[in-house]
Amino acid sequence: MHADRDESAGTGGAAGSTLLSKARQDAVTPYTEGDPILQVRDLAKHYPLTQGILFKRQIGAVRAVDGVDFDLYAGETLGIVGESGCGKSTVAKMLVHLERPTAGAIRYKGEDIAKLSGRALKAVRRNIQMVFQDPYTSLNPRMTVGDIIGEPYEIHPEVAPKGSRRQKVQDLLDVVGLNPEYINRYPHQFSGGQRQRIGIARGLALNPEIIVADEPVSALDVSVQAQVVNLLDRLQAEFSLSFVFIAHDLSIVRHISDRVGVMYLGRIVEIGSDAEIYDHPTHPYTQALLSAVPVPDPTARDHRERIILHGDVPSPANIPSGCRFRTRCWKARERCELEVPLLAVPAEFRLVDTPARHDSACHFAEEKRVVPPEGELEVPGPAERGSTEREPGEQPGGTVREPGDKPGSAGPGPGQQGSAGGEA
Amino acid sequence: MLLEVRDLHVEFHTREGVAKAVNGVNYSVAEGETLAVLGESGSGKSVTAQAIMGILDMPPGKIAGGEILFKDQDLLKLKPEERRRIRGQEMAMIFQDALSSLNPVLTVGQQLGEMFVVHRGMSRKDARTKAVELMDRVRIPAAKERVGQYPHQFSGGMRQRIMIAMAMALEPSLIIADEPTTALDVTVQAQVMELLAELQRELNTGLILITHDLGVVADVADKIAVMYAGRIVETAPVHDIYKAPAHPYTKGLLQSIPRLDQKGRELYAIKGLPPNLTRIPPGCAFNPRCPMARDVCRSDVPPLYEVDERRRSACHFWKETLDAR
Ligand SMILES: Nc1ncnc2c1ncn2[C@@H]1O[C@H](COP(=O)(O)OP(=O)(O)OP(=O)(O)O)[C@@H](O)[C@H]1O
Ligand SMILES: Nc1ncnc2c1ncn2[C@@H]1O[C@H](COP(=O)(O)OP(=O)(O)O)[C@@H](O)[C@H]1O
Ligand code: SF4
Ligand code: SF4
Ligand SMILES: [Mg+2]
Ligand SMILES: [Mg+2]
Repeated sequence: MHADRDESAGTGGAAGSTLLSKARQDAVTPYTEGDPILQVRDLAKHYPLTQGILFKRQIGAVRAVDGVDFDLYAGETLGIVGESGCGKSTVAKMLVHLERPTAGAIRYKGEDIAKLSGRALKAVRRNIQMVFQDPYTSLNPRMTVGDIIGEPYEIHPEVAPKGSRRQKVQDLLDVVGLNPEYINRYPHQFSGGQRQRIGIARGLALNPEIIVADEPVSALDVSVQAQVVNLLDRLQAEFSLSFVFIAHDLSIVRHISDRVGVMYLGRIVEIGSDAEIYDHPTHPYTQALLSAVPVPDPTARDHRERIILHGDVPSPANIPSGCRFRTRCWKARERCELEVPLLAVPAEFRLVDTPARHDSACHFAEEKRVVPPEGELEVPGPAERGSTEREPGEQPGGTVREPGDKPGSAGPGPGQQGSAGGEA
Repeated sequence: MLLEVRDLHVEFHTREGVAKAVNGVNYSVAEGETLAVLGESGSGKSVTAQAIMGILDMPPGKIAGGEILFKDQDLLKLKPEERRRIRGQEMAMIFQDALSSLNPVLTVGQQLGEMFVVHRGMSRKDARTKAVELMDRVRIPAAKERVGQYPHQFSGGMRQRIMIAMAMALEPSLIIADEPTTALDVTVQAQVMELLAELQRELNTGLILITHDLGVVADVADKIAVMYAGRIVETAPVHDIYKAPAHPYTKGLLQSIPRLDQKGRELYAIKGLPPNLTRIPPGCAFNPRCPMARDVCRSDVPPLYEVDERRRSACHFWKETLDAR
């Protein structure tokens, strides 16, 4: 982790957006039941970019997280999705106090964690635990499963006095569906899915209220992934946990989350309930992301619109001015370059009662359904589909080249999902 | 048929015993067709591909039986030099990890150009022009300027596109893509898959797409082969399999994935784990995990039953599976 003095002092985007903060972000009020258990405001993490070996000069900053806002309510699961490098893990590490924010606040039951110290801080840390992504590297290979799961008790002995630890660990193994007799085994003796269960058991050891899970099932195979997702679901109900569930797999996030935040280049660009985000997205990035997810149904390929984004995500050391998505957005106009769009309900939806009424950081937010409604995908048999379509029996139909068939032109065939992002 | 794999067996001789990584694989690909090979990690997808390409680690690997017919000749019976020629010019492979399959100390242009120097006898200068053309073709922006850059200077998506350029360079008739987008984000995956499909269409290439992503399969495949513990357990045209699987393992896989268009209910989870390949259970390898298993499943290995003309299932009870939707 970075030493504090290395950190750039809250420059740039995050500080700027404080000026534009919303009413939500007002002074601390005492925590009451029903308030968010966690409030994240303008959270930022900037890593300095330095040059020179002996005399380091700061030449810029990697704005890994650059003004993130969200609330987490007791007992709910907030999913956070976004592409690689958008800052998800960095947010997670700040939530569990493994990284110190450059700017912004994380309030646990109304209290800013950054202002706590000593016992008060320790108590909060106990209540927010993390489950890591990679079951292969996050467990110390030289420790037994019992030591791994029981390790948090070394720091928080008040939770389980020495004599009761073994029993507690065995109970935890049982809770996550592992044989309690495995307590003396080593991580390499377990499969990936089992190792992820060990990581989950460790996360539960201190009876936390909040679990931050960073890609907890990404490394697992489909059949094992389902086992672990079900386990997480069950544990949440059993221990009334609040979850921050980070993943890049949008289907899993929908499955597990009550609300979903979409991150792009260090910021949340859209946030809402699962139906609001998946069925009524208003931010172009969310729409592109959702449309790019292949759905497990071959009948979808012919009538699903694909928004193919061009180019790569810009470097977090060099974030575009105005709207950070504008370099890849097919709707970008002059205003997008000049003005930072706020994460708020867009003006056009503010007064209407529609699922499009949720926070979206776009000047030109528009509802656009990109995931076909539930059930629709199962329906059309090959015979009912359009006449241009290939019958499933035809072989190998779609790949036959028509004389004038330019690459990328519309026509039947495998992989013919190329509706370019050029049109809106 | 462009490629036909018949009853292929591959073993690895390891300290723990003989791992039967591939136990009778049968599949085929026609020109211009996309076959998706689906299966969880360790099911033998890559080993089969390596055997086809002739890049299997031998030893410890050993081809213990079967035929690999490519344009009607058995590759396993060819002389090494003839095999090498086919591998260089008629088939190509794209790997999951583009960074480690590109040479880090050669520029991208040198690596692309090399193919034309070696196989087409071009001059370095012409080969470089060809390399720029190919990079343009796979939409690397500013190809002329970037042709002299090294692999690590490109993003993951661009590197994978360069791999595609390399695979397509000599216009092979067969391409094997082993998890080509597994390491990429969805938006980049969409770019890469679109490109692959477009080039395939243009050159009428046969494509074997190895993946564990049921979404990608549904998107691009003409037909599917599902692998479990080194065997093909079901093979069928893509629409049929998603509509009604004829093998309990396929069915379990399809039911266990969360969906983008639905809020969660409890997911179906196949119980247990895939077997250790040095100790594959007798009878049907899936029997310890199968909800339909009966006595016969524990004693008799199911053959690849013919469900219909274009469809096979290695399940004694394929009919019941098909009916019990
Ligand atoms: N210690 C560090 N120093 C400098 N830059 C960093 C550091 N840690 C992370 N970054 C950068 O911050 C950005 C966000 O990283 P982060 O790990 O949070 O991404 P992520 O969304 O979790 O991605 P992934 O999906 O790949 O896990 C990246 O550009 C990363 O390279
Ligand atoms: N060089 C090797 N030596 C020993 N075993 C191997 C080797 N390569 C692959 N295997 C084994 O063969 C089995 C199938 O592997 P593979 O084809 O890579 O699976 P996947 O379906 O994930 O591609 C695995 O159990 C793997 O461990
Ligand atoms: S603000 Fe402009 S650039 Fe940003 S997402 Fe909206 S339309 Fe696109
Ligand atoms: S043969 Fe038996 S064990 Fe194997 S898949 Fe069919 S029903 Fe299940
Ligand atoms: Mg991460
Ligand atoms: Mg593999």
